[in-house]
Amino acid sequence: MKQSRRNFLKFAGLSAAGLCLAPSVTALASEGGHGKAHEVVNANSLHAKRWAMVIDTRKLNTEEEINALAEVCHHIHNVPTIPTKQNVKWLWEATYAEAFPNQEDNYPSEDVEKRKFPLLCNHCESPSCVRVCPTKATFKRPDGIVAMDYHRCIGCRYCMAACPYGSRSFNFMSPRKYLDMDKINMKFPTRMRGVVEKCNFCVERLAVGEMPACVEKSNGAMTFGDLKDPNSNVRKALRENFTIRRNPAAGTEPGVYYII
Amino acid sequence: MQYGGKIIAGLVIFLGLVSLPFWFNVGGKYEQPKVELPKNAKECVAPIEDMRTSHMKLLDEWRDMALREGKRTYISADGKEYTISLVNTCMQCHNSKKEFCDKCHTAAGVTPYCWDCHVPPKEAK
Ligand code: SF4
Ligand code: SF4
Ligand code: SF4
Repeated sequence: MKQSRRNFLKFAGLSAAGLCLAPSVTALASEGGHGKAHEVVNANSLHAKRWAMVIDTRKLNTEEEINALAEVCHHIHNVPTIPTKQNVKWLWEATYAEAFPNQEDNYPSEDVEKRKFPLLCNHCESPSCVRVCPTKATFKRPDGIVAMDYHRCIGCRYCMAACPYGSRSFNFMSPRKYLDMDKINMKFPTRMRGVVEKCNFCVERLAVGEMPACVEKSNGAMTFGDLKDPNSNVRKALRENFTIRRNPAAGTEPGVYYII
Repeated sequence: MQYGGKIIAGLVIFLGLVSLPFWFNVGGKYEQPKVELPKNAKECVAPIEDMRTSHMKLLDEWRDMALREGKRTYISADGKEYTISLVNTCMQCHNSKKEFCDKCHTAAGVTPYCWDCHVPPKEAK
């Protein structure tokens, strides 16, 4: 058959129509596949309008105590211990001057001077790390937890520059090199090289109805609960004690409070 | 057309080289890899055919649901509940990455990066 312009146009028109139809056909086909399968929130997960933490530094202030908490946290989350500046940390200890550099006194009390303070990601109300993350790998959940989707992190480290609290660590190398792979927590992933990480307020534990591991281990020195609920344990602790937060001038509104 | 002969010869050689992989494989038969199926489970979260063709889509959805929306329970088409987790659910039945995942992935020449972070049961370190 001689190809005429008319024939060509007819054929082109048909193919175009076919292309328009194709997506809806595949959509129908895949719908049939999974039926009415769907994802839901675990029945026994813990909920809050805004999760927050209150740390009583009168009860929890020695290096050993804080390191014990860090050990638990780092073990269940497969955080490696690297004996250089390239170490990765989710929970760590610091002096008053390090923890609250803008709120330092020139003649502090001996008691406060001696104390060590547990530090972790503050899960800020207006987290600067979320604002700068170009891939939305760092995001704020509706319950206030600033979480990370490691699948998306491209290791640009904008979030590290943006966080006023140094709460984030970069994986300069595969963390598996520094983990005893026989003793890791098989239920939790490791990270890969080139990804940033930090404390996740134990979202994976909240999802199954458990409190954060450090809170559980702290013998009551740490309180975890709903900041928006006036009757919650954290609000009670805030009502009854004098608390400060780290670097208020940064304007990120941290969700971790320290009873001094 | 004084170069005609050379051009055609060049083209033939070019086509021959480009299609080399094809000639190498001609006659060889593709055999479906024999994956080791779980002994302790009879059914998967979705029909086998769906899992075979689109498990990667399901895993992709699961990842977003669990991490981003906090939905960590999957209710399958036949109403069964599963925890959304590659290692804690999928790999509990398919407990050998080597005998299950790798067989097809190797045959198909794909290298998913799941295992850079998710730790498969024992053998893959
Ligand atoms: S402490 Fe830093 S990393 Fe954590 S939410 Fe606030 S700004 Fe982000
Ligand atoms: S390093 Fe990762 S989490 Fe941080 S800003 Fe870049 S993409 Fe986002
Ligand atoms: S809340 Fe969980 S992740 Fe964060 S420091 Fe405590 S134990 Fe670690």
